[in-house]
Amino acid sequence: MAEEVKKKEKIPRQKMPEQDPKVRARNFDEVPLGYSPETAQLEASRCLQCKKPTCVDGCPVQIDIPGFIKPIKEGDFSGAIMKLWEKTSLPAVCGRVCPQEAQCEALCILGRKEEPVAVGRLERFAADRQRTMGEFKLPEKAAPTGKKVAVVGSGPSGLTVAGDLILKGHEVTIFEAFHKTGGVLIYGIPEFRLPKAIVQAEVDILEKLGAKIVRNAVIGRTSTIDELFDEGFDAVYIGVGAGLPVFMNVPGENLIGIYSANEYLTRSNLMKAYKFPEYDTPIVLGKNVVVLGAGNVAMDSARTALRLGADSVKIVYRRSRDEMPARGEEIHHAEEEGVEMHLLTNPTRFFGDDQGRVVAMECIKMELGEPDASGRRRPIPIKGSEFTMETDLVVISIGAGANPLITATTPGLQTNRRGYIMADPKTGKTFKKGVWAGGDIVTGSATVILAMGAGRIAANSIHEYLMIGW
Amino acid sequence: MFEIFEKAELAQGTVISNVIKAPSIARKAKPGQFVILRVNETGERIPLTMADTDPETGTITLIYQVVGKSTALMKSLNVGDAFQDICGPLGQPTHIEKIGTVICVGGGTGVAVLHPITKGMKEAGNQVVAIIGARTRDLLILEDKMAQASHELRVCTDDGSYGHHGFVTEVLKEYLDRKEPIAMIVAIGPVPMMKFTCKLTEGYGVKTMVSLNPIMVDGTGMCGCCRVTVDEVTRFACVDGPEFDGHKVNFDELIQRQRAYLEQEKQAMERFQGLRCQCKG
Ligand SMILES: Cc1cc2nc3c(=O)[nH]c(=O)nc-3n(C[C@H](O)[C@H](O)[C@H](O)COP(=O)(O)OP(=O)(O)OC[C@H]3O[C@@H](n4cnc5c(N)ncnc54)[C@H](O)[C@@H]3O)c2cc1C
Ligand SMILES: Cc1cc2nc3c(=O)[nH]c(=O)nc-3n(C[C@H](O)[C@H](O)[C@H](O)COP(=O)(O)OP(=O)(O)OC[C@H]3O[C@@H](n4cnc5c(N)ncnc54)[C@H](O)[C@@H]3O)c2cc1C
Ligand code: SF4
Ligand code: SF4
Ligand code: FES
Repeated sequence: MAEEVKKKEKIPRQKMPEQDPKVRARNFDEVPLGYSPETAQLEASRCLQCKKPTCVDGCPVQIDIPGFIKPIKEGDFSGAIMKLWEKTSLPAVCGRVCPQEAQCEALCILGRKEEPVAVGRLERFAADRQRTMGEFKLPEKAAPTGKKVAVVGSGPSGLTVAGDLILKGHEVTIFEAFHKTGGVLIYGIPEFRLPKAIVQAEVDILEKLGAKIVRNAVIGRTSTIDELFDEGFDAVYIGVGAGLPVFMNVPGENLIGIYSANEYLTRSNLMKAYKFPEYDTPIVLGKNVVVLGAGNVAMDSARTALRLGADSVKIVYRRSRDEMPARGEEIHHAEEEGVEMHLLTNPTRFFGDDQGRVVAMECIKMELGEPDASGRRRPIPIKGSEFTMETDLVVISIGAGANPLITATTPGLQTNRRGYIMADPKTGKTFKKGVWAGGDIVTGSATVILAMGAGRIAANSIHEYLMIGW
Repeated sequence: MFEIFEKAELAQGTVISNVIKAPSIARKAKPGQFVILRVNETGERIPLTMADTDPETGTITLIYQVVGKSTALMKSLNVGDAFQDICGPLGQPTHIEKIGTVICVGGGTGVAVLHPITKGMKEAGNQVVAIIGARTRDLLILEDKMAQASHELRVCTDDGSYGHHGFVTEVLKEYLDRKEPIAMIVAIGPVPMMKFTCKLTEGYGVKTMVSLNPIMVDGTGMCGCCRVTVDEVTRFACVDGPEFDGHKVNFDELIQRQRAYLEQEKQAMERFQGLRCQCKG
């Protein structure tokens, strides 16, 4: 026994095979290639199968982590996926994009002495294995209840609600504004980080289960929430995300070549502008690219610009490296590929040529002062430190806000000061009877797994309402 | 899929009219609102204003000028063919109420967008004068419909081949100089035409609404592509507009932003024409 423990400790955390940085910086194929079954089993054998697994506390949907890792170790890959499906309908997505180092892996007991178990990579392995090799058995559906639920928005939050409720026997219709389903997973996160075929596969399962999907339906315009009730729906879930771009409000911001990250990434991902002219949507190709901000969205924009042929891509961020909100892996990947970090720097204005195209940006140096409301040290401009940076493409990714399209057309919904919908965190109920909300439109920009968690809570509450009452 | 029921070529084939099956949009749409469509899987998202809607037959009418690859591709579709996606209705409807005398000024394909508004203004009980123009007689569209939708119709052509010889602004000036009360002017057409109309009416202090057509992507206020400066403030034309008080619009910025992709548009069009020649042998 003692010997076995020793042996386990010796196996190092298994590296993820990846495309070479130089090669991948010019293509849109996925960067990490995934574990082989052998590597996965080796990594799985590192897990101590703790009786009180601390890692689970770090997972917002409480996945039974040792429970799904054990069958991987034993080579029972379908056993692993069944265990995952008990708690998440998007394991292939979460295994790729969860900030594991701040969640499950942060609390793994192994992490105290050595590196934690690669929970995310194993989750991804199990899901990919099922998708590519395993035959798929649709989960059982409960007997029809005759109740109809409208889910507005097809991001991770809406997809979770739809999946849960359809299994409970309700009729579910998803309304999506875009022509494709998946929310940020489709229009925001790039192909090289989350292949679109994976998201599509998850949506296909929902459709096979009988969920109806109405695309090109902008709720608030095509129908209002109240009209959905008139059309016969018994409950409505709002999961429309944080779909409002935030600009800097500095002079010159409307010059050509200055995009919100939402626009830049939507053009590239959803509309496939990276395949222009095979696809019709154009995109400005910058040589000297500046990305403002340092979250996941900024890293995705910077790495997209590289792949679209930029000579130089700079992240310009007003705080320091410690405050950068992106996942560690994304920052690491971006730097490996050649993205430069210009920290403690903030733009003050943009300059254009006579065609109205951006050619340069004036910046000011910053220093860190006292901590602000978010607990991070507040950046303060250093007087007289202005300088100019040449650029022909700027992507602004300094956050997102609440899109008012639905709240402005739905009497009875209450919003907070920043425009987000107010919902009870324990149930997802809004102030309007029969209406639930969750995901980014309630919390502000957060994570895929939190949006899914909110969806799961709301689905349970909606089920209770449909069977018992408000 | 959104099937084409009727197709007509106007203005010598440079402008196309399609009646398309889209029941849920037809039921909801109001004058001034638009849709965003995609012709096929590789297509871009194209905004077009609804020139007419019929909730009973569940159809909408789009009238568009053939200017580039996407509209050329749309022109190649026939009755029975279908668009991949149509999303809408989008944007704010025109504010229509009884206010007195309204002058509706339209240029080029803008007349198609102006028609439902003109009709609505008349039905609301306003005295409606319509002034429409085109470069030459053969390019003039919807003359009959505009005559029906208004109390008085004036026509202009730049080359004098029909109606008043000159620009719509010259005829409009006649009316403004009469010093009779005009409650509002609605001007829709190419951006330079709207810009000059607004310059003129500003001097007379008559409120002038324009319909802006910046480049768009989503049409739901998510991307900021359609941003325009109105009264020194950035607004999103897809959700705050497309209609704005013309005296406050920064037209020069709009003109520049519309030209953002000139090079790619040319490349796309040349490629499209090349491909078409090949398949026709
Ligand atoms: C570029 C980028 C990278 C990210 N990277 C990560 C990451 O690595 N890890 C991570 O955990 N999180 C990441 N996030 C955050 C994560 O994607 C979001 O928190 C999550 O997608 C929120 O899910 P949601 O279901 O609430 O909304 P969304 O995913 O935003 O989906 C909302 C859907 O609703 C639709 N919609 C909006 N309005 C309407 C309407 N009126 N009618 C009908 N439909 C409507 C939208 O079109 C969209 O499809 C990233 C976000 C972005 C933008
Ligand atoms: C709210 C709104 C309503 C409109 N209604 C009508 C209408 O009823 N009839 C009509 O003929 N035209 C209308 N337009 C303009 C129409 O969308 C463009 O002519 C069309 O997109 C051109 O596409 P293309 O590929 O054929 O031409 P391209 O060669 O791609 O472009 C020609 C010009 O069209 C504009 N344009 C290109 N792409 C877009 C885009 N995605 N969104 C907006 N403009 C673009 C640009 O200024 C460009 O220089 C409207 C535009 C808006 C924003
Ligand atoms: S869902 Fe995310 S947080 Fe939970 S176990 Fe999987 S990777 Fe970790
Ligand atoms: S804490 Fe780490 S070692 Fe323990 S069960 Fe979780 S993953 Fe395995
Ligand atoms: S088109 Fe995207 S915000 Fe208007």
